[in-house]
Amino acid sequence: MSDHKSLQSRRNALKCLAYGGAGTLFALSGGVFTPIDLAMAGTDKQGTARLGKPLFIQISDTHIGFNKDANPDVNGTLTQTIDLVNGMNEQPALIIHTGDITHLSKPAEFDMAQQLFSRLRATEMHTVPGEHDTTDATVTEYFNRFGKASDNKGYYSFDHAGVHFVGLVNVLQFKPGGLGTLGADQIAWLTADLKGKSASTPIVVFAHMPLWTIYEPWGWGTGDAEQALAQLRRFGSVTVLNGHIHQIVQKVEGNVTFHTARATSYPQPIAGVGTGPGPLKVASDQLPKMLGITSVTEVKHPRSLALSDSTIA
Amino acid sequence: MTLGRCRSWLTAVSVAALWGIALCSASTAETPDPNRIVVKDFMFMPNPLTIKAGSTVTWANMDDEPHTVVSNTGLFRSAAMDTNESFSFKFDTPGAYHFTCSIHPRMVGTIIVQ
Repeated sequence: MSDHKSLQSRRNALKCLAYGGAGTLFALSGGVFTPIDLAMAGTDKQGTARLGKPLFIQISDTHIGFNKDANPDVNGTLTQTIDLVNGMNEQPALIIHTGDITHLSKPAEFDMAQQLFSRLRATEMHTVPGEHDTTDATVTEYFNRFGKASDNKGYYSFDHAGVHFVGLVNVLQFKPGGLGTLGADQIAWLTADLKGKSASTPIVVFAHMPLWTIYEPWGWGTGDAEQALAQLRRFGSVTVLNGHIHQIVQKVEGNVTFHTARATSYPQPIAGVGTGPGPLKVASDQLPKMLGITSVTEVKHPRSLALSDSTIA
Repeated sequence: MTLGRCRSWLTAVSVAALWGIALCSASTAETPDPNRIVVKDFMFMPNPLTIKAGSTVTWANMDDEPHTVVSNTGLFRSAAMDTNESFSFKFDTPGAYHFTCSIHPRMVGTIIVQ
């Protein structure tokens, strides 16, 4: 990104902030976190297009099958989300879905989700399961449809455009009373997977539940995430993308940026507000402003990744 | 007694009568199932639940969010229970049985079979 563009971004940011921007953008620059303080108004559907060609789009928590008051039409809001992505001037090469594709792990819900996803112009989709996708003991429904990449383990890695992507699964080995779990096998696999990778390789890690503890009483975290993060700290640019909590929470720790995406289905309360992390009912005109996607754009000079969030309304 | 007061008195009697009917029907229609666990507000209630061997426990989800019931030892496992759905399991052997919601592992409960 040139200085000129950067300045323009700042100007746009200030403009959008004046309108009460609902999004954020920040970039990882040469391993050093560089906030660009660009906020995009929720109504600015062109916002993501302005950033240039997105490397990928993160979609999360589609919860197909949910039909309660908080959103009686999750198929409709996913369709709006897909329209938002399809309407971008430059199409992303990849879509990453960070789990809770379905609400109850039912075959008909997975089938409906796949039918809706088939409308995406971007054809390459990578997924990790959420705990709502894996309520059947054998995880058959999820793995039958999305298990190929990971040989039915749930975790896998791939490279795209010089970026190393790692999908982790933290919803299969729950500990009673505890948080999400990666497990020793997966951490050993991750160690081997990252071995020999140059520290200058940008890393994107995606998993359903947050890989840092956002709110333990509601289980918003991963108990053994630290063992995975320890493997990632030597890299200059690490972006950790999660879903699960249906709202944006982000933090930066050294070279690691953590970010949770909005859902396309329904919002959840802010940590600790109310009786638990259930669907949050809001006025129907407010709902689309609380649903959306995260767009990740590669910035070449210096090499970095920029994240931005857009709502569907 | 004025007409107004009389009306008030009659109203009071009618309300009392209606309450009586309501309470009566409530007591007949909703005999509490001693082996029922209500899942509400991300909690199992009562917890722990004590039952006699040979009893069947029913978990009923009253939340807007689905929950599961998964035995810590693998003895029983429900599918995802949506709102107003339930799951039952019969306990034949005395002991303490711990279970968790696999969707929200912070939710734990115990059944004591005597």
